[in-house]
Amino acid sequence: MQKTMDVFQKRKLTYTAVFLAALAIFAGSSLVTQFNAVQGLASFPAAIGWIAENLIPDQTALERLPKILDKLLETALLSVAVTVVAAVFAFFFSLLGSNITKINGIVKRVVRIVAAFFRNVPDVVWAMLLMFSFGQNILTGFFALFFTTFGLLTRAFIETIDEVSASCVEALEATGANFLKVVFQGVIPSSLSGITTWVLYMIETNIRSSTLIGILTATGIGYLFDLYYKRLDFPSASLVVLSIVVLVLVIETASNKIRKVIL
Amino acid sequence: MTNDAALRQNPVPLELEQLICRSRSGKIKIGAKNKSRHAVKALVIVLLGLAALAFATFDYQNIDFAKAAADTLHNIKTVFLEPQLSRDTITGVLWQLLVTFCLGALSTILGAVLAFFCALLCARNIAGPVSVNVVKSIVAIVRAVPTVLWVLIFAVSAGLGSVAAVVGLTFHSFAYLTKAYAESIEEMDPGIIEALKANGAGYWQIVFQAIVPATITYMVAWTFMRFEINFTNAVAMGAAAGAGGIGFNLFMAGSFYFDLHEMGLLTYVVVIAVVILEAVSTKIKAKVK
Amino acid sequence: MALLSFQNVSKTYNNVTKALQDVTFSLEEGEFVSIIGPSGAGKSTLLRCVNRLVDASQGAIFFDGQDVTKAGKKELRQFRTKTGMIFQHYNLVDRLSVIENVLHGLLGQKSTFSGMAGHYTEAEKAEAFQIIQEMGLAEQAYKRCDELSSGQKQRVGIARAIMQKPKLILCDEPIASLDPKSSKVIMDHLKKINQTKKITCLVNLHQVDVAVKYSERIIGVSGGRIVYDGPSSQLTTGMIHEIYQSGSQDLITDVG
Repeated sequence: MQKTMDVFQKRKLTYTAVFLAALAIFAGSSLVTQFNAVQGLASFPAAIGWIAENLIPDQTALERLPKILDKLLETALLSVAVTVVAAVFAFFFSLLGSNITKINGIVKRVVRIVAAFFRNVPDVVWAMLLMFSFGQNILTGFFALFFTTFGLLTRAFIETIDEVSASCVEALEATGANFLKVVFQGVIPSSLSGITTWVLYMIETNIRSSTLIGILTATGIGYLFDLYYKRLDFPSASLVVLSIVVLVLVIETASNKIRKVIL
Repeated sequence: MTNDAALRQNPVPLELEQLICRSRSGKIKIGAKNKSRHAVKALVIVLLGLAALAFATFDYQNIDFAKAAADTLHNIKTVFLEPQLSRDTITGVLWQLLVTFCLGALSTILGAVLAFFCALLCARNIAGPVSVNVVKSIVAIVRAVPTVLWVLIFAVSAGLGSVAAVVGLTFHSFAYLTKAYAESIEEMDPGIIEALKANGAGYWQIVFQAIVPATITYMVAWTFMRFEINFTNAVAMGAAAGAGGIGFNLFMAGSFYFDLHEMGLLTYVVVIAVVILEAVSTKIKAKVK
Repeated sequence: MALLSFQNVSKTYNNVTKALQDVTFSLEEGEFVSIIGPSGAGKSTLLRCVNRLVDASQGAIFFDGQDVTKAGKKELRQFRTKTGMIFQHYNLVDRLSVIENVLHGLLGQKSTFSGMAGHYTEAEKAEAFQIIQEMGLAEQAYKRCDELSSGQKQRVGIARAIMQKPKLILCDEPIASLDPKSSKVIMDHLKKINQTKKITCLVNLHQVDVAVKYSERIIGVSGGRIVYDGPSSQLTTGMIHEIYQSGSQDLITDVG
């Protein structure tokens, strides 16, 4: 009995400590960022009011629907294209970075560092950098998303490949198969479902990211939102949001269904 | 020796032939009879097709690709090989980094608290089906809206600044964490809850004596992962929505002063911060487990 | 001439851990030899030195009259086609069918292109089906390997090795992850291959009783050294204790 009491007391102590620590960080951060929790709460009713007021598109917004859908389709295709191309590059790279390729340790380390670099340089930096040379072009968005997607997928693929195929790689090598045969008969079949899961996830993420990049580089659906938003044409802006939500939900549902079949 | 000749010399016994599948041309099939194989193949083809369609339909505006690519390389060289501060001071930059860090921390804490209670309402093993469906649908919709749009929506009423940034970032992390927490709770051993119920424990007792201890490691891991994402998002919000922090400095350097050297230095600061965060959170996750 | 002979083979990992020390033995064609010893004794390293999944640090290993340790990349692959290997964890490509996994035994012999694409001749496929039937897996041929039980997976592993038409099969703890019933099936299959197809078998085992029952000759390994090499009938309880370096009370032995 004594012992269980101790467990409960210890738990209570831990909870209190975590709670206080979170509170301290919260207070400190509020101070640094001049965040006002009351003001934050107060903005809720106003924001909900805004959403309610503008959720139903008005006549002008509906007239813009074809244009919005056009940009939406472009954004969807862009994120698929970016993800697919990045996945192809990431796959070759991850073969070099995974433990199955015993070329040498240096190659592996270089690949991992390069992937970490592309993953961690914020996509907004790429976007601004590419704006200088590519301007207001769809390729700006393409490459900005490409670099981060490439970095993320390379790491994800390396993990998938190492996790899934170490054992069958050993067995295929033992039959005298060379590297290419091992990759095509062992690594690809074992890791393909994991890889497609990652690709589907990245397509969904990239649709959201491309909105952000679009605002920065004045391209795609993000630009359209920014345009209406700055003109205070809120019903149209909210129609853009609505269309993005529908697109993301459709893609999410579809990829969940696909994932179930694949696994 | 042709295949057929080999086959005649080496005929398959009848009882085995019954188990063999042959294609229309009489060749023995070797692929698994499994839906997944075809599904993956179909998916790969569809995705490649969509990507090709995308490249075919993009409006490239007759851009001089070679020149643009060469310029990009030159700019990349300037940014990453010649970083230099000209407008900001290093203490100023570090302060802005702290601001971004705090924006991430605030939205993670707020998102985690909200998500914890919502996860209780939408975990299948402890909540009713109506509550599960309603909460999960709301969360899915909130998740579908890009973070930057949340920030801008809140900026209408609260003005551009930390309030809009934190609330906007919180929305997305709340939705993300609710899904993650609910999944952790759903994977729990059902015996734990049953045992406490049999003891006559109340709802909150079950929550804090069974659910939290059983899922805490996963929740902590997810929360830290989200904090890393929130930090990067906070940088992006600073740049795209004027939400302050080091992202705003990046935006000013890149899009206002066109100072690539300064942009490079700021980028390095962000990258180093992210790498440190990643390392710390890996350590914490290892410790909790 | 011996099919396989180890001459003063040593293996050190990272210049520190001595996995094998001065190992010398040889195998005649058609033998069925078990290697026993405690875990970490170097059994697995010894086996992997043969087909160079692990490279020996010192010494020479002759297989079929050729020094394996001196083989170049291409020669090594050529040589590996003549040795089959069976693993503790089966090491199959789980998401491919049984028949495809069996055909993987031919990968080393195929041209790079047909190997990559998985193109096999009708005769090869028919042969694979024969082997699958011998293993009692004909009904499972089109199933994916992750749908099989452990015992069935190991039979696929054996079928893949036989498909190679090897001179030697290396078995690394083939029954360590199986229940007693499947273990017996697997060992019976190995014995049958050895007797009917005259394929030499070198088997790592940690169950002494199984080793004694199935093999005529046993090699005892302890601390990276061979401490016993002789007929299984002459393996005494005292010898077993020396191999496992344990007192008589904490080892269950059933040599009988």
